[in-house]
Amino acid sequence: MVIYGVAILAISMLIGVSAGELIGTLIGIDSNIGGVGLSMIILIVAVNSLSKKGRLKKPSQDGIAFWSAIYIPIVVAMAAQQNVVAAIKGGPLAVLAGVLAVLISFAAVPILSKSNKPKKENASK
Amino acid sequence: MESIKNVLIENSLVTAFALIGLTMYLSYFISTKLTRGKLHGSAIAIMLGLLLAYYGGTVTGGEKGLADISIFAGIGIMGGGMLRDLAIISTAFGVNFNQVKSAGAIGFLSLFIGIFLSFFIGVIVALSFGYSNAVDITTIGAGTATYIVGPVTGSALGASSEVITLSIAAGLIKSMLTMIFTPFAAKFIGLNNPRSAMIFGGLMGTTSGTAAGLAATDPKLVPYGAMTATFYTGLGCLLCPSLLYFIIQLTF
Repeated sequence: MVIYGVAILAISMLIGVSAGELIGTLIGIDSNIGGVGLSMIILIVAVNSLSKKGRLKKPSQDGIAFWSAIYIPIVVAMAAQQNVVAAIKGGPLAVLAGVLAVLISFAAVPILSKSNKPKKENASK
Repeated sequence: MESIKNVLIENSLVTAFALIGLTMYLSYFISTKLTRGKLHGSAIAIMLGLLLAYYGGTVTGGEKGLADISIFAGIGIMGGGMLRDLAIISTAFGVNFNQVKSAGAIGFLSLFIGIFLSFFIGVIVALSFGYSNAVDITTIGAGTATYIVGPVTGSALGASSEVITLSIAAGLIKSMLTMIFTPFAAKFIGLNNPRSAMIFGGLMGTTSGTAAGLAATDPKLVPYGAMTATFYTGLGCLLCPSLLYFIIQLTF
């Protein structure tokens, strides 16, 4: 059933986000550390082990695939509720800091990608 | 008229689905007809979204863009943290876990480099605008990392609300520029494989910026970038009010 897939996704998120909260509390900060990233890893592991046993039927997979297909529209809705006015009102300091941070971080991507490259290129699947 | 408005308000999430669907249609129409596919439909949709947010913000004076207009309140649910995180996590379905493992170490390193880079850029800009107080400088640097790290750090250090607002603005600008310019920059910075996407997520850190920017570049890269980016804010909240504040205090 489709809901099985949705439930696997939901449970992965609840476990991962709780773990992120727990890590935050353990090191004494009021913030979630990597909850979403941990949830993703849990989902990958869950999906892999279930499909190996043949327990993840097509409808269940569709339950997860739906959410990843609706991802871009959700991101557009997210963009539509950003505080754009406040960002622009921040004036030249905020704009300059934002622009430089983006430019320099972009520039650092190829530097880091080239360094420390694994010996054999992993062929993408 | 009034009764139609009530229907839209009472079914706000459904209204949001309809509105975002129309926005997507319009964006892909513009993409194919006006730019002949050169500018990706989702990139246009994200820019339209930001424009709508600007409109909402000016009309209502609120903080949540279009979602502050009562008939569009469902945008706040559809694009809010809960469904956004659920959708981001779902993109991990179909991820090649070996890629994640092989780029794990460099992705982790990129988080630290990303926080340090953005923080010190914010510090330098704050200095050049005449700020000399260690708390103010640290808060602005933290905000340049992300718009959540700024206020968390500012409150922890007791910064003025004016400086905190400024730090949020710096982070918002970073996030929006990442959404808009990632698809244009992708070619030049080799952002076309899982490994560089993980590094990108770690360097940029803004989950919304990374998620939207990669979606407009190549949706296949989203999970890799999002995976590292979601560690950034927490790590920033850890480092900025402690180690980085300490460094700034020693220097000034």
